[in-house]
Amino acid sequence: MYLTLTLIALVSYAVGMTLSFVYVAAPKPSHLKWIGKILLAGFTFHTLTFLLRAYQAGHFPITNLHESLSFFAWGFVLFLLILHFRYKGISVLFSFATPIAVLFLLLSLSVTTELFPLAPILRSIWLPIHVILAFLGDAIFALTFCLSVMYLIQEHRIKTKKLGKMTRLLPSLTLLDQLNYRLLTIGFPLLTLGIITGSIWAEYAWGSYWSWDPKETWSLITWLVYAALLHQRLTVGWRGRKAAWLAIIGFILVLFTFLGVNLLLSGLHSYGRWS
Amino acid sequence: MRDLITVVGLNHKTAPVEVREKLSFQETQLADSLRLLKRLDGVKESAILSTCNRVEVYSVFKSETSNTENILQFLSEFHQVPLETFRHCVYALSDAHAIRHIFRVASSLDSMVVGEPQILGQFKDAYGLATRNKATGLILNRLFHKAFSVAKRVRTETRIANSAVSISFAAVELAKKIFDDLSACRVLLIGAGEMCELAAKHFINAGIYEIYITNRTFNRAIALAEDFGGQAVPFTDYAALFEKVDIILTSTGATEPIVTADTVAVAMKRRKNRPMFFIDIAVPRDVEQKVNDLSNVYLYDIDDLKEVVTANQQEREKEARKAEKIIEEEVAQFLHWMDNLEVVPTIRLLRERADAIRKAELKKTLGKLKNLSEKDQQAIDRLTQSIVNKLLHGPSVMLKQTEQNGAGGAVVETIRKMFKLGTEAKEQDPPPRT
Repeated sequence: MYLTLTLIALVSYAVGMTLSFVYVAAPKPSHLKWIGKILLAGFTFHTLTFLLRAYQAGHFPITNLHESLSFFAWGFVLFLLILHFRYKGISVLFSFATPIAVLFLLLSLSVTTELFPLAPILRSIWLPIHVILAFLGDAIFALTFCLSVMYLIQEHRIKTKKLGKMTRLLPSLTLLDQLNYRLLTIGFPLLTLGIITGSIWAEYAWGSYWSWDPKETWSLITWLVYAALLHQRLTVGWRGRKAAWLAIIGFILVLFTFLGVNLLLSGLHSYGRWS
Repeated sequence: MRDLITVVGLNHKTAPVEVREKLSFQETQLADSLRLLKRLDGVKESAILSTCNRVEVYSVFKSETSNTENILQFLSEFHQVPLETFRHCVYALSDAHAIRHIFRVASSLDSMVVGEPQILGQFKDAYGLATRNKATGLILNRLFHKAFSVAKRVRTETRIANSAVSISFAAVELAKKIFDDLSACRVLLIGAGEMCELAAKHFINAGIYEIYITNRTFNRAIALAEDFGGQAVPFTDYAALFEKVDIILTSTGATEPIVTADTVAVAMKRRKNRPMFFIDIAVPRDVEQKVNDLSNVYLYDIDDLKEVVTANQQEREKEARKAEKIIEEEVAQFLHWMDNLEVVPTIRLLRERADAIRKAELKKTLGKLKNLSEKDQQAIDRLTQSIVNKLLHGPSVMLKQTEQNGAGGAVVETIRKMFKLGTEAKEQDPPPRT
């Protein structure tokens, strides 16, 4: 049942992705409506998977790698849909973003989906708070990554005077840049709170706020990059290409903190072992 | 025989403005003209489209009595213009040609600026006025509604209206891809010249926030500022504005670049890297080429813009071919619908449908009543036949009568809907076109 629901969500996202590619090849407004509807349907099923999981496990359902990858994809689609319904003229974002949703949900199915009993040390109210904040922040940064790639393509085309179909489909530079900034002002607080609540939880669980475990170290580095980006934007008016590149670097760090650390380094965040 | 749709008219391609203005209708004249048109021999429905680029009379004639000459006479008499003076400018189309023309007009394929959106509005107004004056009927109503939906299809399925084919327009479109919302943008116009002023006008139409004008001859700047509702700035001071303005149009007669990369770099720092867009229409150029290398600054000279326009034109031609294909499809569909309005095939279809039902039911019943004799079976067969015949007698007679008094279309459509004849006719039996 759980797997079926997850697969339905995955297939919906994949259909949405395919349609978003069709949209780029031959744009029709009706495509967008359908993509929105299909993703929304997939998202609904995706939401059900977590409810079902919580019911089956009897505790907060995001505790292993499979679940966190799936939750990341969920948050990503959530914000993607919010952007889609809130802003006009950014519809081509679908073509850049849906592959990420599909990829992460696929990844989540490539590791074991079994339910494990939760170690007593992890049972705390801080678990859901920390996990939700951190992953929603990551999901936002994934969107800024997509928007930054779009920005760089559009900027390159206008700068080199090679306009064409893509220029028409992509939104304006200003809109992309502003959206990126707005998302940063949401993602950064989420990341900050995610780190703070994590360290409070660490104090409860392990008796120390900060123990330089690799995941902690790398999230600090990630935090510093986004802090620098926010600072530069606010004070010296960094924008455009530089800001876009830094947002891309930031997201690569997010990915490394999320997945790379578990693959390559070992530490206290044992939930994420690949198996 | 089916009714005939006709178009009689002239447009910007066939007639000079002196002729068009003489034949154009004031809005207040339209009600009277529609009434007069209806009195013409054989005219069942009519509508008039009168814009600055075209005057067209759409009519539906009873078959065989079609006479576009009448409409020409009417135009001549109504406007009191001798027919000889405009006969050579007029086109008179009928049937498929007329339908195609109407669809092309509504979709803005026949416009002076192909893809411009106003024509559909004017077209809708013309229809609204005709319906209010009860000049349209079954066929024109359907034709106009179809034309609206064809226009919508062309607009959504092709990018005919999307590409900028003039330099000024291309510049505005490009600015939108940089700034998104032009209503927050300030524009600076350096120098004068026809092209530059045209571009400035396009930007003003696009709803920019403010425009500044500077010129070596300050009086010229003041005059232009008045024209555009902007502010004149002395030529010595304009560089100070770089901090504020987002779009800069230049076309001075200077032989050396007057805007250097250094000046712009300094300004960019002050404006916290908010993007700037330079449009250099001057030859020789006014803005140093290096300006384009600065971050968040975009420089397009006249050749760059021309290239954009050429690319757009090619694309538009491709899109226009796509649009024509859509229109051919819709014309064929419409003709099919009109064919279906004919009486004789309808009666045949009605009988066929009834007989099919009768036979199917008969077979079912006889299958159950196995111990009937041959004779009994024949009696039941005859019984069902006569029920069907009696039932269909009324509708058949009515159809034939309405055909004679010319009001066949509506009745045919009702009957087709009632017995769901049209839908199957499409698949099984496309009636021959006459």
